[in-house]
Amino acid sequence: MISFTGVTKRYPDGTVAVDHLDLEIAAGRITVLVGPSGCGKTTTLRMINRMVEATEGTITVDGRNVADIDPPTLRRGIGYVIQQAGLFPHRTIVDNIATVPDLLGQDKKRSRRTARELMARVGLDPALATRYPAQLSGGQQQRVGVARALAADPPILLMDEPFSAVDPIVRASLQDEFLRLQDELEKTIVFVTHDIDEAVKLGHRIAVFQVGGTLAQYSTPDELLAAPANDFVRDFLGGDKGIRRLRFTQELDAEPGAGTEAADR
Amino acid sequence: MIPLVTEGEPLVRWDWIGRNLGEIGSLLADHVLMSVVPILVGLAAALPIGLACARWRRIYPPVLGVTNALYALPAIAVFIMLIPFTGIGSRTTVMIPLALYTLSVLVPSVVDGLAAVPDHVRQSAVAIGFGPVRRLVRVELPIAVPVVMAGLRVATVSNISLVSVGALIGVGGLGDLFTDGFNRDFPTPIVVGIVLTIALALVADGLLLALQRLLTPWARAGARDARASRARLASPERTAP
Amino acid sequence: MNAILEALRWFGEPAQWSGPDGIPHRVAEHLLYSGLAFLITVLVALPLGLLLGHVRRGRAASVLGFAVVAAANGARALPTLGLVILAVILTASELVPILLPLIVLAIPPVLVNAYTGVQQVEPWLRDAAEGMGMTGRQVLWRVEFPVALPLVLLGLRTAAVQIVSTAAIAAFVGLGGLGRYIIDGLARQEYDTTAGGAILVIALAFAVQAAFALLYRLAVSPGLRRSTAS
Repeated sequence: MISFTGVTKRYPDGTVAVDHLDLEIAAGRITVLVGPSGCGKTTTLRMINRMVEATEGTITVDGRNVADIDPPTLRRGIGYVIQQAGLFPHRTIVDNIATVPDLLGQDKKRSRRTARELMARVGLDPALATRYPAQLSGGQQQRVGVARALAADPPILLMDEPFSAVDPIVRASLQDEFLRLQDELEKTIVFVTHDIDEAVKLGHRIAVFQVGGTLAQYSTPDELLAAPANDFVRDFLGGDKGIRRLRFTQELDAEPGAGTEAADR
Repeated sequence: MIPLVTEGEPLVRWDWIGRNLGEIGSLLADHVLMSVVPILVGLAAALPIGLACARWRRIYPPVLGVTNALYALPAIAVFIMLIPFTGIGSRTTVMIPLALYTLSVLVPSVVDGLAAVPDHVRQSAVAIGFGPVRRLVRVELPIAVPVVMAGLRVATVSNISLVSVGALIGVGGLGDLFTDGFNRDFPTPIVVGIVLTIALALVADGLLLALQRLLTPWARAGARDARASRARLASPERTAP
Repeated sequence: MNAILEALRWFGEPAQWSGPDGIPHRVAEHLLYSGLAFLITVLVALPLGLLLGHVRRGRAASVLGFAVVAAANGARALPTLGLVILAVILTASELVPILLPLIVLAIPPVLVNAYTGVQQVEPWLRDAAEGMGMTGRQVLWRVEFPVALPLVLLGLRTAAVQIVSTAAIAAFVGLGGLGRYIIDGLARQEYDTTAGGAILVIALAFAVQAAFALLYRLAVSPGLRRSTAS
C-alpha cells in the first residue's frame, strides 16, 4: 500500500503543484490519477519514486517512508513507464528490458531469459529481441516499456500516460492487454492519464485532481460516474457525455473493465 | 615558459605600426579579398549541389563522402599540390582550397536547412498554388536561411583564419606579417597580424549575423531559430563519417 | 603534370627511405607529435565537455556551458600559423610551445561536440534512466555518453585531422615530421620534395579519417547509426 499524508509540493517560484494531499493507494489494484494538465497528477506520481521531492508531508510505501530510502535503491524496486516509452536507442530490446536486473547486478543469462519471457507476456514476438527501438512501432515500443518496468518483478508499477502517444486503435488493444496482464500479476499500479475514458476503463479506484493540486474526488468508477462530487468533476466527466456515461455504467455492470472502444468510435 | 624576446624588446612596438600602416592596410585588403571570394564561389556551388541532394536523397551519401574528404584535406598540402597549375605567388592557389572548404561546410548546411522545412509548410505552399521554383524561392529557401547562415558563419571564420597559412607560399594576406616577424625575430607584426585576423573574423561574423536578421525578420522575436543555429554552429560537422 | 610526376619519382629514391630525414622517420615523428597533442587535447576537453553537458541543470551550469561553446567557437578565428610563431618567439623551450597552439586549436571541436552531444540527449531518456534507479554516473556512462557518441567521435575526428595538418604547418618553426619536407623543399626550391611531403600529409589525414570511420563502426551502436545515417 502507498499512502500520502499531508503532502505538498511547492516550487521555489511559489507555484503549488500538489496541495496537502491525503491519499491511500490499495495494494494489488489499479489506481488512476486523472485530471486536466497542471493539476499535479504527474507530480504526485513522481513523488512516489522521488523523481520529485515532496516539500511537506510523508509518503510511505508498505509502511516505509520513501524519504528514508536512497533514491536509486527506491527506484530499482518500483517499475516506471513513461509516455514516450523512454527506450534506450543504443541498446537492443532484450537489453532494454533487462536494464534494472543489470543495475541490480543479477546474472545476465538469467535476466535475458526472463526478458524474452516477458516479451511474450506483453504480446511481443520474441524475434524482435535483438532489434533496436527505432525498428519498432510506437505500440511495440510501449509494450517494451511495460516489459522493462516488470523485469525485476517489482511489487509497484508507476505509469505516466503510457498509452497517450499511440493511435486510438492501438491504445485500445494496449489497454485490453494491460488489464489481462494485471489480472495475472496483481501489481500495485498507479496510473496517470488526462483521459477520463481511459481512467474509467482501467481504474479500480480513480482520483480526480483539479488545478491547484487538490483532490476533487476519490472513488470507484461507478461512484464517480453516478455521483460526481462537485461541478468541476461533473464538467471534467463531460456534460455532453451523458449518454456514454449511462452506457458505461451498464457495461461495467455486465463486464467489469470491458472496453470503451465502442464508445470511442 | 621563459620570455626569450630580446632584451628590452616589447611585445608591441607602436612606432613600427605607425610607420607601416600603409603596408598593413594593403595586407588586410588582400586578406579580405582572399577570404571573401572563396566564400562567394563556395556558396554559389553549394546551393545547386545542396538543392540537388535535398531533392534526390540518393545522391546525398556519395556527395557527403566527397565533401567530408575535402574537409579533411590539409590546406597547406593542397596549396603545394596546386603550385604547378596556378603558380607559387598566386592568390588563386590560396583561394581554390578555401572555396572547396567552404563548399564542404555548406553543402550539408543547405541540405539540413531544406530538411528543416516542415512538411505541412511545403504542402500548404503547394496548395496555395506555388510552382516548384516559386515555392523554393519564396518558401523553402527563406526557412532554410538560419541553418545555411550558421554554416556560412563557420566557413567564413575558418577561411579568415586559414588564409594566413598561404604565407608559407608567399601569399597569406595578414599571414605575411607572421613569417616576416619570425624571420626578423620581431614579435610586433605577429601580434598585429593575430589581432587583425581575429578582429576581421569577428566583424565578418557580426555582419553575417546582421544579414541573417535582415533576411529572417520573422525569427527576430523567436529564440528558437537562434538556438537551432547555435546548435548547428556548435557542431562543426554533424554528418556521419 | 610533370611536376607531380617528379614528386612521385621522389618517392622512389632510396635516400627517402632511411636516416633521420627518411620517410619512415618523418612519419613516426609526425605521428608522435600529433598523437601527443591529441592525447592532451582529449584528456582536457573530453571530460570537461561531457561533464558540462551532464550537469546542464541550473542557471550557473547553462551559463558556463554557453560561455564554453562561445569561447570554443571564437577559437576557430585564431590563425594557426601566427599562434605557432608567436609561441616559439616568446618562449625558450622547444616542443611545448609548438604543441600548445596545436592543442588550443583542437580543443574546441572536442569540447563543443562532447558538450552538445550530451546536452542534446532527449530529456525523457534521462527521465527513464533515473526513474529506473540509475545514479548520476550511471546515467552519464550508460545512457548519455553512448547516445552522444556519434557527435563525440565527429569532434574527435575533426580535432585529429586538424592536428595532423597543423603539425605540418609547425615545421615552419622547426618541428620535425612531414612538414619538414614541405618547408625545406620550399626553402631549397625543390618542388619534388615539397610535393612529396604534401602527398604524405594528405595521405596521413585520410588515414586518420579512415581510422575514425572504422572506430565509428565498432563503437557506435547500430541502434543509433540508423538515425544519423540520413
